[in-house]
Amino acid sequence: MKFIRTLMAAATALAVTAFVAPTFAADDPGPAAYAQALKGKRVMLVPLAMGFDLAQGWAHYLKTEVEAWGGVFETRDPNWVVDAGAQAITDAISSDTRPDVLIIHAPDLNSYSKLMKKAQAAGTYVILVDNPANFPADAFIGSDWDRLGQLEAEAAIKGCGPNSSKKIGLVQGDQANSSSLYQYAGIMKVLDKNPDFKVVAKPDSNWDATASRNVTTTMLQQNPDICSIIDFWDGDATGASAAIRDAKLDGKVFLVTTGGGEKAADCDKLQDGTYGAVVMTDLARQSGDMNAIIKFLLQSGQPAGTSHTYIYTLEKATTKADLKPDSCWDLKALQAQAAAAK
Amino acid sequence: MNTIGWPNFRSLNQEGIVFAIAVVLFVAAAIGLPGFIDPNNLVAIVRSVSVLGILALGMAVVIIGRGIDLSAVAIMAMSVAWYLQLLNSGTPDGLAFAYVLAGVLAIGLLNGFLVAYADVPAIFVTLATGSFVFGYVRSQLITQDAVPVPQGHWVELLGGLRFLDIPIEVFVFAGLAFLFFLFLRYTKWGRYIYFAGDNPAAARNIGIPVRPMLVLRYVLSALVALIAGLLTAASLHSINTRVVNSTLLYDIVLVAVIGGIGLSGGRGGVRNVLVGAALIGILLNAMTIIDIPLLTQNLIKAAILLGAIIVDGIINPRDEQTAQQGDI
Repeated sequence: MKFIRTLMAAATALAVTAFVAPTFAADDPGPAAYAQALKGKRVMLVPLAMGFDLAQGWAHYLKTEVEAWGGVFETRDPNWVVDAGAQAITDAISSDTRPDVLIIHAPDLNSYSKLMKKAQAAGTYVILVDNPANFPADAFIGSDWDRLGQLEAEAAIKGCGPNSSKKIGLVQGDQANSSSLYQYAGIMKVLDKNPDFKVVAKPDSNWDATASRNVTTTMLQQNPDICSIIDFWDGDATGASAAIRDAKLDGKVFLVTTGGGEKAADCDKLQDGTYGAVVMTDLARQSGDMNAIIKFLLQSGQPAGTSHTYIYTLEKATTKADLKPDSCWDLKALQAQAAAAK
Repeated sequence: MNTIGWPNFRSLNQEGIVFAIAVVLFVAAAIGLPGFIDPNNLVAIVRSVSVLGILALGMAVVIIGRGIDLSAVAIMAMSVAWYLQLLNSGTPDGLAFAYVLAGVLAIGLLNGFLVAYADVPAIFVTLATGSFVFGYVRSQLITQDAVPVPQGHWVELLGGLRFLDIPIEVFVFAGLAFLFFLFLRYTKWGRYIYFAGDNPAAARNIGIPVRPMLVLRYVLSALVALIAGLLTAASLHSINTRVVNSTLLYDIVLVAVIGGIGLSGGRGGVRNVLVGAALIGILLNAMTIIDIPLLTQNLIKAAILLGAIIVDGIINPRDEQTAQQGDI
């Protein structure tokens, strides 16, 4: 009996060691590999400017995450000047603290192409955000502007209704920025399928609110029966809305625009009826996509420029009717949070 | 040479040429473009150049005195952005406005002092103070490019003000133009500006207080910029500091210069600003109605301006007598 007991005890001990021991002795290898690949890595964001909602939102979400895994997060502020952005990228590539990941908000299709190529050659992963460029970056994360334009056009058609004048006015951005060009293409695709809807004018605002106001005033003057206006950015759509207000056409012209889903810029204006519909980017999710691809690239071991991934953010046209408390993110709240953390 | 019925081409100066171009454009647009001659559209034209025109008035006074103020747009945008930021963060209105007014006066005085007493060329002084104002306010005093007007604030109500269905900017522009006209034409200091601009050394020799007057001009220009900024915010219910990077500054100089105010100083007046503003306003409005793309618009604008300058060069050739030192 004693022998059997000993045997059983031995078997139990063996079983315990065999099945339980691994979870004690060897940890999950994931976190260690993760930490080793990421720790101390540098991520730099070069937006068009740091002074507007999108860039401030991205910076907030990226900083939180990058610093959480022990990386270094930096931003550069070209303040809407293309040359300053180019200088910032050049300095970053050649500095001792060359970033491992460079996130670039391109001002147009071509300006930074050579610099981005240089960055990749130096071993920096390049991620394009929001604005596409003629360059095979490691990843593009942002809106499918063509699709976004289609959503805007659909919202405008719906806002006009079947018994309206079916006249639509566009306030474009410019003729160089990819977001403006592709947005226009998307809008026209939908309007081609709805031939009874006509674009009566399509001036450019050059992204300036005063210019947007002036061209919209003229547009409404020439076509007082316009039923909807699509302004290509919420940053200058305040101008178009001022023109509508001045022409006493509030409620008669359905203003559609697009933006980063910031509360004061978008949701508040949907609430008070300034905008009829806004195609909003889910900024937290878009930043999450950036964080995911940064973590993937840094662990992949592949040289910069090897793969080209497109991650389009899910877009949705939001109107007052489907506005929810969490439809927007609040820049003021984020800034207060950042101030409190200091 | 003079025959009845024909204008004397020899006496045509740049102002006359630009005025003629503006009239031709106006008539062509009135005939060719439906809705152009509509009173509402005419009001819209004047309104679209009101803020530009107001800024150009300030610039004109500085240029006539042989200077230039490149900080005007920065002062316009940043002073109002700071004001709105103060209001949004709960500063009492009176106090906020006092701060901003003091800031604007300080920059105007600094510009004037550096040009008048430190003898630094105006172009460098105002370029630097403009950058300083933008950089300081943008980085230290406000949190983002666009600052909204608080709901129900008087600036917002100002934007909705109408007399006879005409926006308030138009009246402010007209009123300021009239005041500047009176100042330049009928006050002693106004007349002195021409003397000082035409020949500063001689003006000083005959006892004109050239330096204090220089300071005054830059202060005036800064105050005018503040008014222009408030009107912009009133209409848009927000101010976007991005305007500092736009071509607005060049447009202001353009309105003044195309109207015939010589950069060499001592020449021109309010009428030149009005003519320049009229040309730009008619041109932009007509091109928007025709739906010409922005790039082509810029090309046409540039071509017309270049044409006016060339014609001026042919009709009024420069020689040793008409050219003067400092002529750009």
